[in-house]
Amino acid sequence: MAEVTLHKITKTYGDTTALSDVSLTIPDGAFVVLLGPTGAGKTTTLRMVAGLDRPDRGDVMIHGRSMQGRTPAQRDVAMVFQQYSLYPHLSVRENLEFPLKSPILRTPRDVIARKVAEVAEVLQITHKLDNKATALSGGEMQRVSIGRALVRDPAIYLMDEPLSSLDAKLRSDLRIELKRIQSSMGATLLYVTHDQVEAMTMATHVGVLDQGHMVQFGTPREIYENPVSLYAASRLGTPKINVLPADLFGGSPTGAASIGLRPEHIALGDGLPASVQRVEHLGDQTRLHLSVAGHDILTLADPHTPLTSGDTVSIQPRDALYFDAAGARI
Amino acid sequence: MSYSVTDPSPRQKWTAGTLVILYAVITLLPLLWIIATGFKSPSDAIAYPPKVIFDPTLEGYVNLFTTRTRMSPDALSALGEPATWYDRIVRQYDMVISGPSRYGERFLNSVIIGFGSTFLSVFLGTLAAYAFSRFKVPLKDDLMFFILSTRMMPPIAVAIPIFLMFRQLGLSDTHLGMILLYTGVNLSLSVWLLKGFIDEIPVEYEEAALIDGYTRFQAFTKVVLPQAATGIASTAIFCLIFSWNEYAFAVLLTSGTAQTAPPFIPTIIGVGKDWPAVAAGATLFLVPVMVFTILLRKHLLRGITFGAVRK
Repeated sequence: MAEVTLHKITKTYGDTTALSDVSLTIPDGAFVVLLGPTGAGKTTTLRMVAGLDRPDRGDVMIHGRSMQGRTPAQRDVAMVFQQYSLYPHLSVRENLEFPLKSPILRTPRDVIARKVAEVAEVLQITHKLDNKATALSGGEMQRVSIGRALVRDPAIYLMDEPLSSLDAKLRSDLRIELKRIQSSMGATLLYVTHDQVEAMTMATHVGVLDQGHMVQFGTPREIYENPVSLYAASRLGTPKINVLPADLFGGSPTGAASIGLRPEHIALGDGLPASVQRVEHLGDQTRLHLSVAGHDILTLADPHTPLTSGDTVSIQPRDALYFDAAGARI
Repeated sequence: MSYSVTDPSPRQKWTAGTLVILYAVITLLPLLWIIATGFKSPSDAIAYPPKVIFDPTLEGYVNLFTTRTRMSPDALSALGEPATWYDRIVRQYDMVISGPSRYGERFLNSVIIGFGSTFLSVFLGTLAAYAFSRFKVPLKDDLMFFILSTRMMPPIAVAIPIFLMFRQLGLSDTHLGMILLYTGVNLSLSVWLLKGFIDEIPVEYEEAALIDGYTRFQAFTKVVLPQAATGIASTAIFCLIFSWNEYAFAVLLTSGTAQTAPPFIPTIIGVGKDWPAVAAGATLFLVPVMVFTILLRKHLLRGITFGAVRK
């Protein structure tokens, strides 16, 4: 495992700028999650580290060594692709053996057998080892694909939304499993996801990308509690942060254009009157859809709240985040 | 739109079966005719009305593989009893076998030239198709069009220039010359067909292999080639069928050492109207392509429907 550094990486595809001066240090043993919507440059960042694409400018360093001109094989990275891309002409076992048999690793046969058995055990695919890779369900394919990375001991694991195609149960199982593997092996991971729960639960660091720019990098808690911009604030949190005009509640700092209120940052009891539009009982929590002066607000209430739609409650902000017209934090 | 799927009734099955058999008989009739003629005697072969029931004989095959000399009855009786079954067949016509015919050599020429040019077309075609499919080739579309344009007129239209070029270069009547020529004609087909197949193989497989520690060439041989097997097999069959059956260039450019079987078979007929020998030659000539196609059959079926269904 190793420290991986991206230094001022810029990459354009034709007219689109995929990455613009992105710098990022992934400490040894860190679990770094990249967040951002489609087209923010998450996958491109992975491809830069992997060496599948070359940056126009900037450099990637692994172990402090520049990777310029190095092929993916020479970089010693493992990657899990979004489309599982198992080799369809090989069996599950042969897929898992494939990286170990490469001319770079040349693993002895008994070590291959042991590693494959270990990984298959962890990912619960032991009974499928002799199946054709194409004769698996989507979830099984993705597990084999993760397994193909885990049999190795590379400088860094790169994972591109590896859990996105799995069902909820398997996703949460594998989330815990991946985190366990990572911390027990001290593995370095760069992980792309849309899923905020994955980011919050697994990451040691989160990088927020916006149209090729790295807008914030920090621990998940830092980004959740202390976002640099409205954009970064809206990346994390379920339900999403409420964005309202700054003067709605009064007392906003000068220059503030909008106020960001996470659902738990709304106190019920005093303040502005709000009409209850809808009440969603989710069991462990209850979501209130409110309307204040024509603005929709989503907040949380006691699971056993007696409120029903048509009621009126008073609300006021607590620990609000203020943003200027450009979306920057004040 | 809605479809109803029901099992066919026995009557429908019988009708369908009969139609298929009828169609098979109609298409296979010329083939059966040739195979049957190979086992007829010369007089049966030209009998009118044609004989469907006849005494089978291997005369045609004996004549195909031998050259024979006519001898006077005295000289024949001086030779004593014929030593082998084929001697006996030849003696009926007051002849003796004087040596082997050239059919074997011509057949071998066909094998060398047919399979040689097929291998070369598919080998070069796969590499070119891979490059066109994966790399940024300058003027890619123009080059692909140029490759296709080599097939836009019938190959025989350039027969005279090729004849002159081959004479200048000393390629006339050589195996190398014929292999190069057939490869040239087949290459556009193989590049285009194979590019279609390789385009269908997601590039992620190679990227995964690159990351798994392989070089691009190793990724090509270990990941792309196995998945392109279908395309390679069907392209190989198309190439072989063309170069195996090609007649016009073979007549024009070969006469001796490199002559293939197609121009040779008609010459067997000679003055004796030896149709059974011609039919025997044609029958044997059919076998290699048939065997090759059957061997690659399972690939071919998926290959012909390529692009239609993507798993």
